[in-house]
Amino acid sequence: MTTTAPARDADREAAPTGRATRVLRRPEVGAAVAALAVLVFFTVVAEQFLTPSGVGTWLNSASRFGIMAVAVAMLMIGGEFDLSAGAMTGATGLLVGVTTTGYGLNVWVAVLLALVVALAIGALNGFLVMRTGLPSFIVTLGTFFVLQGIDLALVKLVYGQVAVQGFSDVPFFDSVRPFFGGVIKVGGASISVSVLWFLAVTAVATLVLLRTRAGNWVFAVGGAQASARATGVPVARTKIGLFMTTAGAGWLVGMISLFQSSTVQSSTGVGDEFIYIICAVVGGCLLTGGYGSAIGAALGALIYGMTRQGVVYAGWDSNWLYAFLGVMLLAAVLVNNWVRQRAERLR
Amino acid sequence: MSALIEVTDLGKTYGSVVALQGVTTSVRAGEVTCVLGDNGAGKSTFIKILSGAHEHTEGSFRVDGVEQHMASPRDALALGIATVYQDLAVVPLMPVWRNFFLGSEPRKGPFRMLDVDLMKRTTKDELAAMGIDLRDVDQPIGTLSGGERQCVAIARAVHFGARVLILDEPTAALGVKQSGVVLRYIAAARERGLGVVFITHNPHHAYPVGDRFLVLRRGRSIADRVKDDITRDELVELMAGGAELEALGHELERAPGVDPVV
Repeated sequence: MTTTAPARDADREAAPTGRATRVLRRPEVGAAVAALAVLVFFTVVAEQFLTPSGVGTWLNSASRFGIMAVAVAMLMIGGEFDLSAGAMTGATGLLVGVTTTGYGLNVWVAVLLALVVALAIGALNGFLVMRTGLPSFIVTLGTFFVLQGIDLALVKLVYGQVAVQGFSDVPFFDSVRPFFGGVIKVGGASISVSVLWFLAVTAVATLVLLRTRAGNWVFAVGGAQASARATGVPVARTKIGLFMTTAGAGWLVGMISLFQSSTVQSSTGVGDEFIYIICAVVGGCLLTGGYGSAIGAALGALIYGMTRQGVVYAGWDSNWLYAFLGVMLLAAVLVNNWVRQRAERLR
Repeated sequence: MSALIEVTDLGKTYGSVVALQGVTTSVRAGEVTCVLGDNGAGKSTFIKILSGAHEHTEGSFRVDGVEQHMASPRDALALGIATVYQDLAVVPLMPVWRNFFLGSEPRKGPFRMLDVDLMKRTTKDELAAMGIDLRDVDQPIGTLSGGERQCVAIARAVHFGARVLILDEPTAALGVKQSGVVLRYIAAARERGLGVVFITHNPHHAYPVGDRFLVLRRGRSIADRVKDDITRDELVELMAGGAELEALGHELERAPGVDPVV
């Protein structure tokens, strides 16, 4: 607060801020440029990439990571992390798979039950973080391992194996499937319903962040928690709501992967939590909170989805994806810094 | 003009510790009451009583002529007494207009969306009324100068119904030019008919804008004078503790006959 810009009150000229500055000031600029570059690159090196079936494939992949990345981005803007987000997708899928195939629970009931459980775990994450004052990194790391342990041990104990079998044969499977695992034919392309969820989640998140009171509070609690509290922002309620949002997104992605593949394994989603964070950072979120965008995180997930499939289409070893991810993350952090400094100087 | 706030023989004890004793002064609409004192003189105790954070234990505290015992800052706000603290309670990365309305955002429509146009327009107008012309209320508040940030915090308090503004050392962390900017905003708030309580330890900042000066030392009031009854030099001397400063001056003077250290 004491480092002040040079005094310029007296001779400030009242020219409006230029359009270029306005655009550059958006958090997602870097990701948009990078997404375009990745699209052009793989279109050139892999001829299948821009075909209808190719687009359908990488959009599907991007959507499952994108739904989570958008929710994780909101949480990061609010100044917290959720390392249990990846395991949550597996845990909710397992819950539905095990209760329906193993215990004959109605699939609709199971899906709703999984949502309630997910939201409860999210609320618990938020409550523990706010109540103890511990970093969310540690608290959700704990939840992550608990979920992973339950996914493996408890499922093996009560169900006898660690992968769900015969899920597509449960009653009413076909009545739920269109909502999560459906496919829509658009021209020659098969677009998964998950892509529509992805678009909807990104749109709603953007609207909430930029045009609602709750969104204003998310930026405030992440940017300066003490100041937010002093102006009357309900800090705990805002943050618990964010943890429940990530958990809810985890449920949605869990249902999508369960109904797309008709199976789920105990290890599903483990390790994905870092990919969500990478997508959010590539999309312009600051690790320190208070800055970022949902559209940026969606673009980050698009870059990830395109690269994941592009590497396969190009006929390269798919493990190159990880090296690419690392480079992308480092580049994104540097670009974010540069863009932000530039945007703050240009006025 | 009658006083907005009038305190008589105001005092505060914490258990057996006397933090403040025998303070009498007033705050009037369109006037600046300066509260001066060194560290530990009782300035912060005095602000805490005025802002409702602590309740006084002695004397009387009248707002609009009515005796008040405030239990929380919320009570003070309800009476139109707003306090702008040193850290200003702003979120640096958020745009000026979002900071301006943080915690009290106006909404419209069936979906209760933020009334962004109203928020931006109001912010611009309220800042203009304080004599600050921001090029763009969309810029992060962290990019404003320290003086401008103070101004936004003051304008925010005024917009949300403050009649009395308590400014806690607004110039303490600022350079000469930025302090000048803040003093100009204090004058602007006074011109708008607000009563201002300006806490500072710098008599050179207080004298130009002040209408009344309350000087505290070791928890007691040593002066409460209107501007006509006191000169700048008298104020500086009161503030510095006259005799003590003289003694210090002697102490620091080089003793004759001793070679200055090169």
